[in-house]
Amino acid sequence: MAWVWFHKFGSPPHFYRLATRLTPWAAWPALLLGLAGLIGGLVLAPADYQQGDGFRIIYVHAPAAWLSLMVYVVMACTAAVGLIWRMAVAHAVAASCAPIGASFTALALATGMLWGRPMWGTYWEWDPRLTSELLLLFLYLGYMGLRNAIDDVPRADRASAVLAIVGVVNVPIIHYSVIWWNSLHQAPSVMKFGQPTMPASMLIPLLLMLAAFTLLFAALLLIRARGEVLQRERNARWMLEALERLSTHDGPPTRDGPSAKGVLVGR
Amino acid sequence: MSARASFASAAALLMARDLRLALRRAGDSLLPLGFFLVITTLFPLALDPELSQLRDIAPAALWVGALLSSLLALDLLFRDDGQDGALEQLALCGQPFAGLLLAKTVVHWLLTGLPLVLVAPLAAIALGAPYGAMPGILAAVLLGTVCLSLIGAVGAGLTLSLRRNGSLLALLVLPLAVPVLIFGARATALAIAGESLAAPLYLLAATAVLAATLAPWALAAAVRIGLE
Repeated sequence: MAWVWFHKFGSPPHFYRLATRLTPWAAWPALLLGLAGLIGGLVLAPADYQQGDGFRIIYVHAPAAWLSLMVYVVMACTAAVGLIWRMAVAHAVAASCAPIGASFTALALATGMLWGRPMWGTYWEWDPRLTSELLLLFLYLGYMGLRNAIDDVPRADRASAVLAIVGVVNVPIIHYSVIWWNSLHQAPSVMKFGQPTMPASMLIPLLLMLAAFTLLFAALLLIRARGEVLQRERNARWMLEALERLSTHDGPPTRDGPSAKGVLVGR
Repeated sequence: MSARASFASAAALLMARDLRLALRRAGDSLLPLGFFLVITTLFPLALDPELSQLRDIAPAALWVGALLSSLLALDLLFRDDGQDGALEQLALCGQPFAGLLLAKTVVHWLLTGLPLVLVAPLAAIALGAPYGAMPGILAAVLLGTVCLSLIGAVGAGLTLSLRRNGSLLALLVLPLAVPVLIFGARATALAIAGESLAAPLYLLAATAVLAATLAPWALAAAVRIGLE
């Protein structure tokens, strides 16, 4: 029964408790690493010899861009799990991914445009990475639009899961076609980051920020997924019983099961 | 009980049926073509009618027109069969559903994609492309419309159960069709310039093969969900 742990995820109360317990473990490290990364990036790191202090926006831009792609992959994977094992909780997680991913994509676009103003002299340059970020934003919007248009939740889950899987196959094709298109139309952009030639004083804060943003995503996802589970399970027995016990008394765990607070708060 | 028909004969019957139904209402299938012609006519009207300038925008006009008219044509793909229950019968008939839907998509391409393939080179010449560019443009539009029909079919399947789905369908399909637009427009531009267009044609062909391999499965899953 090696797969029991996996199938336990499919149980909404179990998932809810687990998510509640894990949230601080993602949120606090995200805050600490983020503070360390920001201090390292904005204060300690030296200014770039070409771009001056303007380059420091990379400490927000690069992690947001990285997450915009990673969230899409997480969304497609959880949607596939939901589709294959018919696991409603996985669908709830996938649905929670979309607004977070769209926000990170919008953040990457906004910071990319702000960065473009001093570097290119214009807010919008048809740079391949910015353009494919924009297309990624459209993919997120399409996913959310489809979910929004279908009233029946299980059907919205499954239809949007198919769309997410189609999208994740297409994301690399779109990305490389845009790069190919751009390489024919204009000279390569001046910004070539990510090479290991970056000095450690600049690189370490960037890595810290990457870790912080990833953990922030995990925390946000857990919180959103809890909300999604609460909303979907609002008429389920475990929820009603827990609420009832919460309103009458909140004693220690009884023979009937864990205490109400234990169910909803996760202790 | 009669013996079950082979998949090939079932697909052939389905294609013959779809063709016959569509030819009875040939006007419906030709509407997207008219839309394409109107769009390619609008571009010169919005610009100077100078041929050298039109030649520069000809690839953009052709491919944006092809994308939008293929989007418009998607309405024809499943609407009637979804409403009268024919799709449910197909799903239940025991034949591979993905294969049957691929057959339907092929017919849809024959009715809406193929006319575009025949007309697009003429539209390109009206926009100032030289006659020598015709074979290249023909090949590019041929491969491109195959991709667009397959990608669009998945979008149409996903929005099958929605009553008003026009703008949502555009939001779903157009970002996925961006590679086709890029490769197709590039091939057209190279054909007009009289250069070798092998590279974008290979990329278009690869996209078409990938779409023909994967899209039927996504399509079958999407339509099944829509029918539930």
